[in-house]
Amino acid sequence: MPFGNTHNNFKLNYKVEDEFPDLSKHNNHMAKVLTKEMYGKIRDRQTPSGYTLDDVIQTGVDNPGHPFIMTVGCVAGDEESYEVFKDLLDPIISDRHGGYKPTDKHVTDLNFENLKGGDDLDPAYVLSSRVRTGRSIKGFTLPPHNSRGERRGIEKLSVEALTSLDGEFKGKYYPLKSMTDAEQDQLINDHFLFDKPVSPLLTCAGMARDWPDGRGIMHNDNKTFLVWVNEEDHLRVISMQQGGNMREVFKRFCVGLQKIEEIFKKHGHGFMWNEHLGYILTCPSNLGTGLRGGVHVKLPKLSVHAKFDEILSRLRLQKRGTGGVDTASVGGVFDISNADRLGSSEVAQVQLVVDGVKLMVEMEKKLEKGEAIDSMIPAQK
Amino acid sequence: MAGSFTRMIGGRNGAVLLASLGAGTMATGFLMSDNPLAAEVRTKLYPPSSDFPDLRKHNNCMAKALTPAIYGRLRDKITPNNWTLDQCIQTGVDNPGHPFIKTVGCVAGDEESYEVFSELFDPIIKDRHNGYDPTTMTHPTDLDASKITNGVFDDKYVLSSRVRTGRSIRGLSLPPACSRAERREVERVVVMALAGLKGDLAGRYYGLQDLTDKEQQQLIDDHFLFDKPVSPLLTCAFMARDWPDARGIWHNNEKTFLIWVNEEDHTRVISMEKGGNMKRVFERFCRGLKQVEQLIQERGWEFMWNERLGYILTCPSNLGTGLRAGVHVRLPNLSRDTRFSKILDNLRLQKRGTGGVDTAATGDTFDISNNDRLGKSEVELVQMLVDGVNYLIECEKKMEKGQDIKVPSPVTQYRK
Repeated sequence: MPFGNTHNNFKLNYKVEDEFPDLSKHNNHMAKVLTKEMYGKIRDRQTPSGYTLDDVIQTGVDNPGHPFIMTVGCVAGDEESYEVFKDLLDPIISDRHGGYKPTDKHVTDLNFENLKGGDDLDPAYVLSSRVRTGRSIKGFTLPPHNSRGERRGIEKLSVEALTSLDGEFKGKYYPLKSMTDAEQDQLINDHFLFDKPVSPLLTCAGMARDWPDGRGIMHNDNKTFLVWVNEEDHLRVISMQQGGNMREVFKRFCVGLQKIEEIFKKHGHGFMWNEHLGYILTCPSNLGTGLRGGVHVKLPKLSVHAKFDEILSRLRLQKRGTGGVDTASVGGVFDISNADRLGSSEVAQVQLVVDGVKLMVEMEKKLEKGEAIDSMIPAQK
Repeated sequence: MAGSFTRMIGGRNGAVLLASLGAGTMATGFLMSDNPLAAEVRTKLYPPSSDFPDLRKHNNCMAKALTPAIYGRLRDKITPNNWTLDQCIQTGVDNPGHPFIKTVGCVAGDEESYEVFSELFDPIIKDRHNGYDPTTMTHPTDLDASKITNGVFDDKYVLSSRVRTGRSIRGLSLPPACSRAERREVERVVVMALAGLKGDLAGRYYGLQDLTDKEQQQLIDDHFLFDKPVSPLLTCAFMARDWPDARGIWHNNEKTFLIWVNEEDHTRVISMEKGGNMKRVFERFCRGLKQVEQLIQERGWEFMWNERLGYILTCPSNLGTGLRAGVHVRLPNLSRDTRFSKILDNLRLQKRGTGGVDTAATGDTFDISNNDRLGKSEVELVQMLVDGVNYLIECEKKMEKGQDIKVPSPVTQYRK
């Protein structure tokens, strides 16, 4: 919460066992890792802005989770959270990101030229392509913790940066609180408008406070580049278009990000990044690249094949319904995207999507002809 | 070098400077481990004006009362439990309100909130409680049920009678602010006290965390079970944290005396029964409350209460008596008369649907209860409800016989 070290010193008057949350019915990363001993060891700490352990874990305490879906169960309130509470967050990061160690280094590569191919995905199957990531602005605390003043500061800087872009990035900013009905309808029709979070995963972490103050959407005139301000992260940056030219989408993504970063740096507020965790975002699941690159692709035959899930797993890809996370597929169309975020670069992750989707479309075509695909099943990437 | 560096720059400003110098996260954290400078720097970097909420589209008591000047004076204050103004008003900022329903828009985190932030709470209290001025008036407490007259209604009209209030345990933070340990302490104190009740008040506690399916179903069938709050008025005020830890329901074996633990208040106390014997319901209510108070006092605890505000509860709307006394009553003829609302207004009563606040009435049965909470005693409010309901039933009877009714003159506001 944005209220300084609220209550924490007062709570230290109570014994550890009296304050320790009951996690017996919980199934999330935080509940797996947090023991009474660990809680006792780090509960008196706070980040320089006053974020405490209880702040970090509140969302995980309030949302026990689902037997099948493993949520993270904690958030960062500022850049320093990842350091001050590393006893808790390092094992969670390791668990969530395939064994990533506290000594590992993360490589950032936003040089779109390094991507091989990606411009020839068959548009008869690949309906649309999209890459998104998040960025946090140094010197401000994160959405679970920031005050109204900070959030407005972030918005002001973001608007300056975003409205100064030109060429294919030239566009307009729409603050949520002063949107006209016409603008709102248009943004909904374009599938751009984000709504006040209703998911308790976000509301219990304090991210919906003061809605819609300081929130808004910028998009370019072509509607292929979109930035969300102050939703779950300071910035969410999205590049997208119809069809299968992932190469073009990724190029626009990289160029746009670099332009934005330059402008922020000029104001003395670069992006939060370090060589261990890559880009710092609110949820530990988005560390590293914070990148989700994906396509909407028609795979009606492949998706009902016995080995579909195994193929995806080997390709380091994940499937979602076309409504996004936690939705079901409609008409055999799936959202296929990279599963990894931390430990590999942006180029590497998008390469996996490009190569993997290309292969799966070939498989689909084979299945259409009644042929077997066993020989095409890849080795583990 | 680290020492002089720390003295030079502290707080958020320091973070920016260090960050742009390329100092890694670890170094930044190490150099900034102390907070006293941070607060000062923060105030300079983010003066109250930068944090003042945008309340232009808001319609609640808090939005009406909060000015930039008041915010500026109160923003950096804290109660002894470290509760802040921003925390009090968060629910009102997040819930702009409804053009027709005026919500309060702020909560107390502890007893001291009403003192430390009195510059905001006092005008809100005055607005909500019809001019009651906490700076000049005192609130009377009277739990002597024997004073109630004509308190048994005609069963043909009154289907059930109920009285509820809340009580807070002094020394422990309120539901918006309490830590898990404090909440568990509230549960311990209350459950221990309730275990001492005897006779018609003897009963049992059901902790929400440990309910069996069978117990849960029984509590639902009895209409006793309360659920995790979904109303954003409550969730935005941090009251649903750690659910269902340390929440529970206690009721006596006869199912006429019921206590909720750690829902919107430390305790909500309810006395109820079928039929129209409001006098007996109120008698049990007063007796039960006094006994519980005695039992906690034996262990060195007491209820939050003062002369200015009466019983201290989380929401300013429940200060004073925190009392809602009501009946479910059938008024098929009267409810169709255009004068119905005016009659209720003058009797200082409100109507709700039989599902409680914000539900619609089904058929001709209404929940009728007292409007007021602060400035009149429990006995006065229950007597007003009794007199009012008797009047409504008289009207109904008259209309059944085809006779006309009169709108009563307004009941007086405060004792002189």
